[in-house]
Amino acid sequence: MIEIVNLHANVEGNEILRGVDLKIGSGEVHAVMGPNGSGKSTLAQVLAGNEAYEVTEGSVSFLGQDLLEMPAEERARLGVFMAFQYPVEIPGISNAYFLQAGLNEIRKSHGLDELDALEFRDLLKEKMDLVAIDPKFADRPVNQGFSGGEKKRNEILQMAVLEPKLAILDESDSGLDIDALRIVADGVNRLRSPQRSMIVVTHYQRLLNYIVPDFVHVLWRGRIVKSGGKELALELEAKGYDWIKEEAAVGAGAE
Amino acid sequence: MPEVQEQGVDKARFLEGVERFRETGPAWARAIRAKSATRFNELELPNRKMEDWRFTNIAPILRTPFNLVAGEAAVDVSTLAPFRYGGGVAELVFIDGQFAPQFSRAAEGVTSLNLSEALTSHEVLIEPHLGRYLNGTPNPFAALNSAFLADGAFVHVAKDAAFAGPIYVLYVNTKRDNTVTYPRNLIVLESGAKADVVESHVALDGASRYLTNSITEVAVGENAALHLYKLIHESGEAYHLATTKVRVDRGGSFKSHAISQSGKIIRNEIGVQLDGEGAHTSLHGLYMTSGDQLVDNPTAIEHAKPHCTSWIGYKGVLDDKSHAVFSGKVYVHRVAQKTDSNQLNQNMVLSDKATIDTKPLLEIFADDVKCTHGATVGRPPEELVFYFRTRGMSEAMALGMLTYGFADEVVNQIEIDPVRTRLEQFVFNKYSPIPA
Ligand SMILES: Nc1ncnc2c1ncn2[C@@H]1O[C@H](COP(=O)(O)OP(=O)(O)O)[C@@H](O)[C@H]1O
Ligand SMILES: [Mg+2]
Repeated sequence: MIEIVNLHANVEGNEILRGVDLKIGSGEVHAVMGPNGSGKSTLAQVLAGNEAYEVTEGSVSFLGQDLLEMPAEERARLGVFMAFQYPVEIPGISNAYFLQAGLNEIRKSHGLDELDALEFRDLLKEKMDLVAIDPKFADRPVNQGFSGGEKKRNEILQMAVLEPKLAILDESDSGLDIDALRIVADGVNRLRSPQRSMIVVTHYQRLLNYIVPDFVHVLWRGRIVKSGGKELALELEAKGYDWIKEEAAVGAGAE
Repeated sequence: MPEVQEQGVDKARFLEGVERFRETGPAWARAIRAKSATRFNELELPNRKMEDWRFTNIAPILRTPFNLVAGEAAVDVSTLAPFRYGGGVAELVFIDGQFAPQFSRAAEGVTSLNLSEALTSHEVLIEPHLGRYLNGTPNPFAALNSAFLADGAFVHVAKDAAFAGPIYVLYVNTKRDNTVTYPRNLIVLESGAKADVVESHVALDGASRYLTNSITEVAVGENAALHLYKLIHESGEAYHLATTKVRVDRGGSFKSHAISQSGKIIRNEIGVQLDGEGAHTSLHGLYMTSGDQLVDNPTAIEHAKPHCTSWIGYKGVLDDKSHAVFSGKVYVHRVAQKTDSNQLNQNMVLSDKATIDTKPLLEIFADDVKCTHGATVGRPPEELVFYFRTRGMSEAMALGMLTYGFADEVVNQIEIDPVRTRLEQFVFNKYSPIPA
């Protein structure tokens, strides 16, 4: 599905990603964990195509294509989706209108017919049920006046409507209480499929009790310093990140 | 003799034809006209050296010799249909400034008729108010309007009266190049009364070059509430100079929505005096400029008594080489303690060649007040545009939608359904969120 090789990226002149390697097969769910500031969101933003981040080295191939050459909207049309850690508010544009426009752009790029407002309403209703979002949110301006949890759920709703091939969830669990966390996780689990891969970025192991990953990676100072199965997440939960940092320091010293 | 400010501008020309109205109406109305003509002669014509006109160049208006409208244009119902809203409790239609009774409807429970008739039939209701709220405004165009005082809408709502639906006042301009009209409106709400008034100015011909010089005076009684919607949708070549002056009594409320849709030069001034404890005003505005339009929205609020609240919120979208001006004056008297006054002017600038001059002007003489102001100017933030792009939409689409959303935030507060719906369509078409 996606292969990231030796990815380096700068923000405002500071190197944040310092050689990320990650390969994800079809239908796999990979968790990316790591302490705050280790570069998880940067990785997500770079994959989504945020031009504020400058890629200085490395390559990303997605479905056999060079992802880094594409503008953000083309990546989205090809099937890349990122659920933002901090979703922005869009004044005056309703959730339904926004999503319908996005979905239709993606459909058009695949030579599919656009959905009209009625067809889209039906689809939206179905997806809102899936992620347990109150139908009244359809006509509210995107994310405006939403609570933190509602914004996160709204991101998952967008994923459900746009049906990406690769979903990158950037801390979709942060700030959620346990009920909201379950709803988000349920929504995500229902979207798991052999054709859809996911990168689940999280700071805590908690989410991974609900979204059980196939692989777990630890990002530290812009590199993946440890990879393993789902039990790695439990180990991190029990022992914290310090031992990883020490191992990484030893590893770097031995290089 | 005051100096002639603009080269080649002959002041006497502006008063040509003023004698046409000299003998109509009661003596006190005639006195207003005569006094105002004199005042016009005393006042300096607007020029860029005057603080109130520093950013607003109306030389093209001063240079054009506008004439009074002669004769009546034949207009039929179907021509007017797109500009009317249907419903409402009453409707007053003026064609080229002249009252059109065949298109107008009076209402039950509220006095609404044309001013020239009301000057005699409702003299007692009008005399205490007409011309009283202009407070010696130094604007010579306001003086001109009074010198030519003839017709417009008169609305009087009796004590504690309220009714469902707005009163529509519609000014229709036919193709009348180089003509001027002087709409003059007076709205009086007695204590406890409530009303919504929609004042719209429209053109049958999008290229007709005329001048609308209009005044609306408003008296809001104790605990009364008026919501005035003003839609300026003149021809693209037309000029619109207007002054709205309002006095609000104790516990009363004046809300306004001023929407500049179209017109070559628009200056829509609103001044509100909060003249009783606990009075409130909120002035909302939206201007959408393009081409080489100039739109100026001077707003002014005078807090004359304690415990009054005010809000000014104007939004603008500027494209092409257009120019917008906004000013928010707030004057707080020494006695006006516990004043709470806030203002925000937000501008979305879509073109490098468009310019906006925005200035707050706070003069505060009381010590226990809360007054805030703010202004923003810029393109939609990149992070918002990026969000659209991650959902498959192009940058152009993002900008179109963000612009629509920005403007629609003002429009969607409009509580009169047909007015809101039509305006939403206008904004949607103007910024076409989904480019072809
Ligand atoms: N837009 C930005 N501007 C400046 N610095 C940034 C920006 N985004 C991230 N950084 C910096 O990059 C580092 C990694 O941040 P981030 O990718 O958000 O980490 P994480 O998501 O793992 O907490 C931090 O030191 C952060 O301050
Ligand atoms: Mg992060």
